[in-house]
Amino acid sequence: MAALEEEFTLSGVPLGAGPDGLLGVEPSDKTDQFLVTDSGRTVILYKVSDQKPLGSWSVKQGQTITCPAVCNFQTGEYIVVHDDKVLRIWNNEDVNLDKVFKATLAAEVYRIHSIQGTEPLVLFKKGAVRGLEALLAEPQQKIETVISDEEMIKWTKIFMVFKHPVLIFITEKHGNYFAYVQMCNSRILSRYTLLPGREEKPVIQSFTASVDRKFILLMSLSSDGCIYETLIPTHPSDPEKNQVVVRSLLLKAVVSGNAPNGVALSVLDRDHVAVLETSPSAPKDCLSIWNIKFQTLQASKELLQGTSGQLWYYRENLFMLHGKFLTVIPYKCKMSSLAGALGKLKHIQDPGTHAVPHFVNWETSQEYGLGSQNSEQSRILRSRKVEVSLQPAVSASTQLLLTIKNDTEKHIEVELRKFLAIKQTPDFHTVIGDIVTRLLGRCKAEPSFYPRNCLMQLIQTHVLSYSLCPGLMEVALEKTDVQTLQLCLQQFPDVPESVTCACLKIFLSISDDSLQETDISAELVFGYSDTVQDEKMEGQTEIMENGFNPKEENCNKEKPKGTTEETTLSPVTPKRAALLRNAVLHSAYSEAFLLPHLKDIPAQHVTLFLQYLYFLYLKCSENATMTLPGIHPPTLNQIMDWICLLLDANFTVVVMIPEAKRLLINLYKFVKAQISVYSELNKIEVSFRELQKLNQEKNNTELYSIEVLELF
Amino acid sequence: MGEFRVHRVRFFNYVPSGIRCVAYNNQSNRLAVSRTDGTVEIYNLSANYFQEKFFPGHESRATEALCWAKGQRLFSAGLNGEIIEYDLQALHIKYSMDAFGGPIWSMTASPSGSQLLIGCEDGSVKLFQITSDKIQFERNFDRQKSRILSLSWHPSGTHIAAGSIDYVSVFDVKSGSATHKMIVDRRYMGVSKRKCIIWGVAFLSDGTVISVDSAGKVQLWDSATGTLVKSHLIANADVQSIAVSDQEDSFVVGTAEGTVFHFQLVSVTSSSNEKQWVRTKPFQHHTHDVRAVAHSPTALISGGTDTHLVIRPLMEKVEVKNYDAALRKITFPHRCLISCSKKRHLLLFQFAHHLELWRLGSTVATGKNGDILPLSKNADHLLQLKTKGPENIISSCISPCGSWIAYSTASRFFLYRLSYEHENISLQKVPKMPAFLRSALQILFSEDSTKLFVASNQGSLHIIQLLEGHFKHLHTFQPRSGTVEAMCLLAVSPDGKWLAASGTSAGVHIYSLKELKAYCTVPAYNFPVTALAIAPNTNNLVIAHSDQQVFEYSIPDKQYTEWSRAIQKQGFHHLWLQRDTPITHISFHPKRPTHILLHDAYMFCIIDKSLPLPNDRTLLYSPVSLTNESDVRRRTAHAFKISKKYKPLLFMELLDERTLVAVERPLDDIIAQLPPPIKKKKFGT
Repeated sequence: MAALEEEFTLSGVPLGAGPDGLLGVEPSDKTDQFLVTDSGRTVILYKVSDQKPLGSWSVKQGQTITCPAVCNFQTGEYIVVHDDKVLRIWNNEDVNLDKVFKATLAAEVYRIHSIQGTEPLVLFKKGAVRGLEALLAEPQQKIETVISDEEMIKWTKIFMVFKHPVLIFITEKHGNYFAYVQMCNSRILSRYTLLPGREEKPVIQSFTASVDRKFILLMSLSSDGCIYETLIPTHPSDPEKNQVVVRSLLLKAVVSGNAPNGVALSVLDRDHVAVLETSPSAPKDCLSIWNIKFQTLQASKELLQGTSGQLWYYRENLFMLHGKFLTVIPYKCKMSSLAGALGKLKHIQDPGTHAVPHFVNWETSQEYGLGSQNSEQSRILRSRKVEVSLQPAVSASTQLLLTIKNDTEKHIEVELRKFLAIKQTPDFHTVIGDIVTRLLGRCKAEPSFYPRNCLMQLIQTHVLSYSLCPGLMEVALEKTDVQTLQLCLQQFPDVPESVTCACLKIFLSISDDSLQETDISAELVFGYSDTVQDEKMEGQTEIMENGFNPKEENCNKEKPKGTTEETTLSPVTPKRAALLRNAVLHSAYSEAFLLPHLKDIPAQHVTLFLQYLYFLYLKCSENATMTLPGIHPPTLNQIMDWICLLLDANFTVVVMIPEAKRLLINLYKFVKAQISVYSELNKIEVSFRELQKLNQEKNNTELYSIEVLELF
Repeated sequence: MGEFRVHRVRFFNYVPSGIRCVAYNNQSNRLAVSRTDGTVEIYNLSANYFQEKFFPGHESRATEALCWAKGQRLFSAGLNGEIIEYDLQALHIKYSMDAFGGPIWSMTASPSGSQLLIGCEDGSVKLFQITSDKIQFERNFDRQKSRILSLSWHPSGTHIAAGSIDYVSVFDVKSGSATHKMIVDRRYMGVSKRKCIIWGVAFLSDGTVISVDSAGKVQLWDSATGTLVKSHLIANADVQSIAVSDQEDSFVVGTAEGTVFHFQLVSVTSSSNEKQWVRTKPFQHHTHDVRAVAHSPTALISGGTDTHLVIRPLMEKVEVKNYDAALRKITFPHRCLISCSKKRHLLLFQFAHHLELWRLGSTVATGKNGDILPLSKNADHLLQLKTKGPENIISSCISPCGSWIAYSTASRFFLYRLSYEHENISLQKVPKMPAFLRSALQILFSEDSTKLFVASNQGSLHIIQLLEGHFKHLHTFQPRSGTVEAMCLLAVSPDGKWLAASGTSAGVHIYSLKELKAYCTVPAYNFPVTALAIAPNTNNLVIAHSDQQVFEYSIPDKQYTEWSRAIQKQGFHHLWLQRDTPITHISFHPKRPTHILLHDAYMFCIIDKSLPLPNDRTLLYSPVSLTNESDVRRRTAHAFKISKKYKPLLFMELLDERTLVAVERPLDDIIAQLPPPIKKKKFGT
């Protein structure tokens, strides 16, 4: 697991860093000592562990260092170039740079590369490369031009590949990038055109590279905040030809898109990269370590005083210019473990507070799609999203709870919408429950307050149940809000029988006019319960069973005229039918608890309900499968159970009502028919059993046989 | 292994009697089962549910109640008005005593085991004191109006509950007077039935009385107040039996519909101490009335008209998931009811009150594996021999030559001489059989049919010399001094030199017939012997035990054979040990000395001792169909050649080297002969 350790500053004189920052930080031949070259005139040798400068050298006034000082590992001398062409070589004992060895070259130097195990190499601005020894032997030798006129070297690096130095440099021309790989021993120069990947914006801000035997892994950070990688072979197959390599996406949205200036990238090891981003708006910059393999953020650090957007990495130390001082952040990468790789939240903290470790909850985070996030965070990394989404949810709920206390219904609704839009935090249930309780509390306190829309929205979240908010249906019953009651009956799994019965009473007793005003989802009730005008349509929607049209059959042959009327005309209006059918019939109940409450329903209403149930039954029996059309039709059993229950509870009353007489006779006939059918079935069963017995006897007549058996 | 011609016999028309009572003894882990024909069987639940003892039935002795008292003494009572005590050692009836109360419907032993309570037809409840060798009438309780069908003691012994018709009474034992009378609702699903019979009561230590009745109800009463506490309507027919566990945390009831319901005392809520009886599990292992149930600590035991004894382990009580956790259904007796004359191809079938002699058919055809050959001659029913008197036949045998038939009842021994003249058979009873041969548990003829061996229930073995038309008592091996253990299995060596006999529990004794004296005893083994046989030539005694172990003991060497040691060392295949019926018969191949044929109810096996033994990784049962040559080679790899083709298999014998006889008794045929079960409606329920 990669971790950034406590940073420290290399003290001493503030570096005269200009807007471009430092020229470079280069290792010297002694571990722990680094050469820092500022963009002015000074080279400082630092000992990092002591956080102290060991020596400092400056060029004369009027001269400018143009290339960072490096150490010649073979001799221990330091080399710097000032004014593009003047080469200076000195060692620790020298005090004044004016008095040290000086060589003036024929062309402008871009960089001197020095690396353990080989002589320093000088890269000229026009792309030529020379070894230092050869150059010093004849400083004024002619330097050829390798790259074309308008090409500019943007970045360069040296590697040792199989003990031979390989130098790579990237040039830019009109927004196109080219990579040159110089094999210094064989003097083979290969040129590659870097083609952008499909989704990439072409502006590249920073490069870094590592080498892996046969390939140079070139990483580039584009202005869209993503890291792309390019594989460049160290031993080109055909060095003469101009070759093309394509960049492919490696890591997405490392940097937020709108931080265009100053982004630095550095490869730390095979799996980790460090990214330093600077933002123009805020003075704080951010250093982050990413795991490429798992695409996770491993560590991050904010740098409040701003940086120059430059980053160097040598020997487990990250160097950067933080404010006026050179800051060193030691970096350690331990073995990657999954737990480590799962990552850490990029913690956006207030200045002064310490980072608190966060853990990703995979259970919840997986469900969160792209929510209503701020557009700046569009990383794949899930952890961040959780982080971001959690914050507003909590605040929204507190905000909402505050609003409920004293705001208007309209306002509460707006707030609730906001809250629901964020949705689904782990404590969503409790928050919703809390909101409902507060709302109901206010309802009770202020009789005029009844936020129906809010309540309906809350019910539709599917997380409420009767036991979570027992007051809700009570209030709805008080306000005779059939719409809410219907929703409750449909959504709540645990409505007690007394409440179901109270709802039923309201559904049956509410006047048609007031029902008409309400907005009830009468889904599919129209299809068959509405008056004659719908009949045609209904006929079309009905399923044809084996080419047999049950409706026709019903109307024309079997049923006498009177019942035909009944089958086609629902005794209740579609809206009421919807209430009864979709809400009451589906609700769960246990008979023993429901019966006493059913007795309280007035006789007229019982008759009406019975009529409607009987109508549903007839509708059912029209169909060969004995089902009602629709998405969630009540089953025949549900209908019959309700008929039985109603009759059980109110038979003595119903039998006295003249209007119900006809209905009761019909039901009686129906039961009688059923009984006769079943008794016939039982008779048939006996016959079948006898047949079965005969069959068995036939099989078992073989009482004696001689068989052949072979045992193995 | 070879090809056999198998006489597949299904005409043994044997129907076991229905089970009337079961009584479980916790101390010895034994189960006593009485059947409607008066037979009482003792099952040893520790010995793999082996039926180790039985008392033959008697027509006039319909057992209505069975109970254990004073430790391991077994009593029964029946409609002849007598109380019977059984001698479990000598396997005979110790005494019977008239209770003078008319038919006895119920009996129960006091919690201490020292008193016996019976309920009679005349409405009296009688208390008997159990003395060391008998029972003694103590006194009557207050007489009730109608018969006492069920009785139960309060665990403290101070009160009893008695179920009668339409009511349950509670008696105070001290005073003998009824303290409460709890009237049971006669109505059955709203319809008033004529009477409501209390088939069973159970008195719990907290004073609750549970009653089961003919209206299908299980009711809980408070005996202190005489009030109904709770009523469960569980069946449309009678609930006929009840048994409570010793811990009183569960009880089981059996209904006439064949269903067994388990009730458990469970907490009303997880936290509270308040507990309630809840009907937890229904089991439908029976097709007919469940007349009797018992509750062992780990299992529910039920039996009824459909003749099966079902032992259903309670999974929550079974600690290790071993073989005891499996459901057991015991239908057939664990002894051989069939004997066979190899020479004449005769089969003798033993029924409760008659014997049948059949001659097997023959064929001239040949065929390949699985073929059914055309019969040139069908099997003949030669003879039906009816016993006189009400007693059941205990044992029977036909001699190998086919000219002698012997059988025994509890009071007499019968020997018949058969003579064959072409197609005619004449039967001649040998007169004046000595009385000491009666109630022989096993009868055996020697291979040359010159000697008859009789194992009597007194532990002695009698040897009778058979001569043309008469007999001579040669010798009696008396049991060891002090033991009266009955001998139930016999085996004689084909050369006539050795006789092996095994009792119900002690080891196998071997007698020398030449010297007429005891020769040696096979080292004792914990589990009862289920079958014995002595191999020809080698005189190796093969012993099968109820735990499915098979031993081979060399009589001349007085030690186990090498093969036996080898198989004991390696252990039997786990599937072999998991079979749930005992081996009831062992025989040998006349030409191949290494082959042993043995069978239980669901398989037969020929063990070839020359082949390597199977270990747990090898396939014990070879697949049914043969597919290719390599398959065959693989299957011949081990010593156990098992076939499950014939089942339920009651008898199997090698008639000659190429002929087998297998007697099957399909369960469907038994069911077809039972009274029809209560019809349950499939429609309109």
